[in-house]
Amino acid sequence: MKLSEAWLRERVNPAISTDELVAQLTMAGLEVDSVEPAAAVFSGVVVGEVVAMEQHPDADRLRVCKVNTGEQEPLQIVCGAANVRVGLKIPAALVGAALPGDFKIKKSKLRGVESFGMLCSEKELGLAEEASGLMELAAGAPVGVDIRDYLTLNDNLIEVDLTPNRADCLSVEGIAREVSVLNQMDLSALPVVKAPITHSDELPVSVAAEEACPRYLGRLIKAVDAKAETPLWMQERLRRSGLRSLGPLVDVTNYVLLEIGQPLHAFDLAKLSGGIHVRWAHKDETLELLNNQSVQLDTDALVIADEQRALALAGIMGGNSSAVSDETQDVFLECAFFTPDKMMGKARKYGLHTDSSHRFERGVDPFLQERAIERATQLILEIAGGSAGPITERVSTAHLPQRRAVTLRRQKLESILAVALDDAEIIKIFTGLGMRVESCDEGWQVTPPGFRFDISIEADLIEELARVYGYNRLPQTSLLMRSELSKAPETVVELDTVKDALVARDYQEVITYSFVDEQLQQAITPGEVVVRLQNPLSSELAVMRSSLWCGLIQAALYNINRQQGRIRLFESGLRFLQKQDELVQQKMLAGLVLGEAYSEQWSEKRRKADFFDVKADVEGLFALTGNEVSFVKSNHPALHPGQTAEIKTTDGEPIGWLGMLHPKLEDAWSIGTQVFLFELDQTLLLKKKIPAFSPLSKFPSVRRDLALLVNESCAVADIVGHIKDCSEAAIQDIFVFDIYQGQGIEAGYKSVALGLILQDFSQTLTEPEIDAIVSRVLEKLTTEISARLRD
Amino acid sequence: MSATLQDILAQALNELANAQDLNSLDQVRVHYLGKKGLFTAQMKELGQLDPDQRREAGQVINDAKNKFQDSLDSRKFELQNAALEQRLASESIDVTLPGRGLHVGGLHPVTVTLRRISRIFSSVGFKVVEGPEIEDDYHNFGALNIPDHHPARAMHDTFYFDAHTVLRTHTSPVQIRAMEAEKPPLKVIAPGRVYRCDSDITHTPMFHQVEGFLVDTHVSFADLKGVVYEFLRAFFEKDIQVRFRPSYFPFTEPSAEVDIECVMCDGKGCRVCGHTGWLEVMGCGMIHPEVFKSVGIDAEVFSGFAFGMGVERLTMLRYGINDLRLFFENDLKFLQQFK
Repeated sequence: MKLSEAWLRERVNPAISTDELVAQLTMAGLEVDSVEPAAAVFSGVVVGEVVAMEQHPDADRLRVCKVNTGEQEPLQIVCGAANVRVGLKIPAALVGAALPGDFKIKKSKLRGVESFGMLCSEKELGLAEEASGLMELAAGAPVGVDIRDYLTLNDNLIEVDLTPNRADCLSVEGIAREVSVLNQMDLSALPVVKAPITHSDELPVSVAAEEACPRYLGRLIKAVDAKAETPLWMQERLRRSGLRSLGPLVDVTNYVLLEIGQPLHAFDLAKLSGGIHVRWAHKDETLELLNNQSVQLDTDALVIADEQRALALAGIMGGNSSAVSDETQDVFLECAFFTPDKMMGKARKYGLHTDSSHRFERGVDPFLQERAIERATQLILEIAGGSAGPITERVSTAHLPQRRAVTLRRQKLESILAVALDDAEIIKIFTGLGMRVESCDEGWQVTPPGFRFDISIEADLIEELARVYGYNRLPQTSLLMRSELSKAPETVVELDTVKDALVARDYQEVITYSFVDEQLQQAITPGEVVVRLQNPLSSELAVMRSSLWCGLIQAALYNINRQQGRIRLFESGLRFLQKQDELVQQKMLAGLVLGEAYSEQWSEKRRKADFFDVKADVEGLFALTGNEVSFVKSNHPALHPGQTAEIKTTDGEPIGWLGMLHPKLEDAWSIGTQVFLFELDQTLLLKKKIPAFSPLSKFPSVRRDLALLVNESCAVADIVGHIKDCSEAAIQDIFVFDIYQGQGIEAGYKSVALGLILQDFSQTLTEPEIDAIVSRVLEKLTTEISARLRD
Repeated sequence: MSATLQDILAQALNELANAQDLNSLDQVRVHYLGKKGLFTAQMKELGQLDPDQRREAGQVINDAKNKFQDSLDSRKFELQNAALEQRLASESIDVTLPGRGLHVGGLHPVTVTLRRISRIFSSVGFKVVEGPEIEDDYHNFGALNIPDHHPARAMHDTFYFDAHTVLRTHTSPVQIRAMEAEKPPLKVIAPGRVYRCDSDITHTPMFHQVEGFLVDTHVSFADLKGVVYEFLRAFFEKDIQVRFRPSYFPFTEPSAEVDIECVMCDGKGCRVCGHTGWLEVMGCGMIHPEVFKSVGIDAEVFSGFAFGMGVERLTMLRYGINDLRLFFENDLKFLQQFK
């Protein structure tokens, strides 16, 4: 809502500055978005009248004028505007005047003729972007008066950003009412004179949709002059609220809308056939709106129709076929109340949003229509003449919004606001807001006025009191609350701990959008059902990610394009999978590594990070929980078939994947280097066993090394697994310390060097005992995987 | 002293002086003091002498031995020192060279802020709870007192999957889920990603919020003001001015916007605060009775407050970041500034 400060002050004028007024509104919940002056700064311009004019002796286009500026003698001013003529009243800038853009007016000579000032256009005064000639003032403009006073240019445009609950403030009167309460002043009344009824014609009105239109007022005004000019003051007020002048009939309806918040509509009687019907639209009925948009209506659209067709989308926008124009002679003026519930979402449905729909959706005072139609009639008669007929009114009281008394309990008020307000102050605030207050045992019975749609429960009343009293005057307590010891669960590791571990391993966290490009996603998880947004912002942000790799790869590409050659990223967040009827939102942690293993430095040899570097990072995360997991050779559509591991719990539950990005994808996205990726299920990753102590042996441990020859396809994990299967209690640890293929090893085989740590709990192991254990292990390995000891 | 003994001693001292390392020094020691050493041999010869002569001669040999021992000790000390000096010299390095191996990465600045917010509230017993990002419209709107077609829905530019499934537009649905799951007293904060169908210089289609709420008996607006006030001062580590401005959210009443004194200009007025001296940082209010009704909490017994804040906005103010879009471009040069 944008309004003129001067207009507001006409209704209530507290002795406070503009800044104070603005602060007051903001702090009462009517947030002021902007304040700007109504006109640029200028001075020394008065209303002048051209009293005589003659041709310039030496210039065809110039005229030498005598201009009355209220001084004893008229001033001689040379002027080149085409519309200058005797009798015209114009803004005259006197010698010494300063116009916008720091343009000073001095006495001058134009082609040898002296000129004592300048006659101005709207553009020269900064009132318009363009002008075709002098600004023509009304014939009655008072000569000699400062133009700023005459046009009330010492004004500000205040833009208030209203919350949807405060429909009552969508008018000058509504905001003035708030200002009056905040300053404990009375609102000056708006004198509305009932128009004399000078003819008795009425247009029959029938309301079929009473639930949506419980009150409908109409009136015929005959023989208006639709070509009459809207007075300057009204044009200016409309302009300052952001509306253009569109002829007196439309201007008046817009003016009343701004003034008291009631939308009205004017129909050209000559274009109507028969009476008015307020009804739901027929299926597929069409209507061409005032903005030339043609809409096909649904049966939930409320229309104003005549005998033949829909004329207007009720409360939203009129139609072209029945619109008033310069030629209009007789007007049917409509002033109705449409129920907010029935109006909500309707304009949006047709891609519309109008001043009228904005107000009806939020709620217009259901008791305002008579006053509004009288006010509009009064203004139309003043400006465009004509004769008013009687008001036709259709009311369905049962469907009008009810305003029931709401109980406010003193005890509740005090417990919520933690303060005891003075009774007199409470009553004063409520009455100022137009509410009826009666005291009762528990507190007060408060009945809201028609224009308040947001007061129906006790909390609404508490808010009103708090708001007007001032939030910042209300008490504030220091945090004192019921407290209990916080828990320190040990069966999960905090995600933060894992993130810190990755940071310590030189990973940078990123946050990428949860919606990604469908093609990219298809390449990574071709098997997953796509979870698609209905209204994405763009095709790059169209589907919900089925893997965090989508975002990581894009982040990597972004940085590769910015000369980064070594990239180590991780992200945590949800991925979205459609599993049959269920949408799974799974918490994941994923990482990406490309480029050098170490950033370039003086004492490490340069080498690319590989699978095992990243595997160490992943193993490092599992080490935080102490959980054993297995890395199983597997296949994933996005990963290199020879470097893909599926990670599983000891129960075989899948935790995630680790591997090298498939070279064909590396190529498709022009990454130009190997990329390693991992993605882990957070829930499984973070699950932790509470450690259980096992006693330590007092006896020495011994180490035995085995160099085994096995088939090159034999997985080390299997060798270790078979040794564990031997269930030798003395074997405490098994580790790989060398893998060798090449000279001395026959083709198709590899040498795996294992270290075994043996220790007994009851004795020092003897050599024969150790030999026996090792030979049982070897026997098992020979049987299972044909392993041999290397010579 | 016999000429022989004198020769031996002179020879021995000479050898000690010539020994250049601890190894050869030890050989000298063995050569003279070992079982078959020269001094040892001299002692063995004493047995052939008279007891009187034996004592005298023994004394002489012992003197020579002691002399040798003293020289040996001091030579050993010299050589040990020299060896140490040499090691120290050879092991000297340029300590200004950078350390070897992996460097340290970093967290995203949004995470840094989320952690700080969580830490501040956890310290007084708020529990951190998360919720789904794809939400049903009941939890995102209906249960929060935002019915279909309510103008407040237009305040949220919502991403839809179908008529009843949306990307959550705020973290407030977690409030509903938490209250459905547990009975009061409740102290919860809910951080997370939220989505709005809007993208320009000051909006990204995804951003982060932290929702917080507290439900108990006798919770008042004064408690809300206190918590918000103390949080903001803790977060900015500064005694900033805080003001509460009436506003409207369908799920709280009374509702407030919270402004802080501009941290860029200390409230003097600058471009960041639009020359008002104030910055809007969060919304809050007392939980609406309709919200309590939808989760089956008796509003006559319990009351509560809720608040919500934009994490990116707080992060921008905290670190002076001037462009929201930087958060999701993930330029390493940007991210690495927040270690």
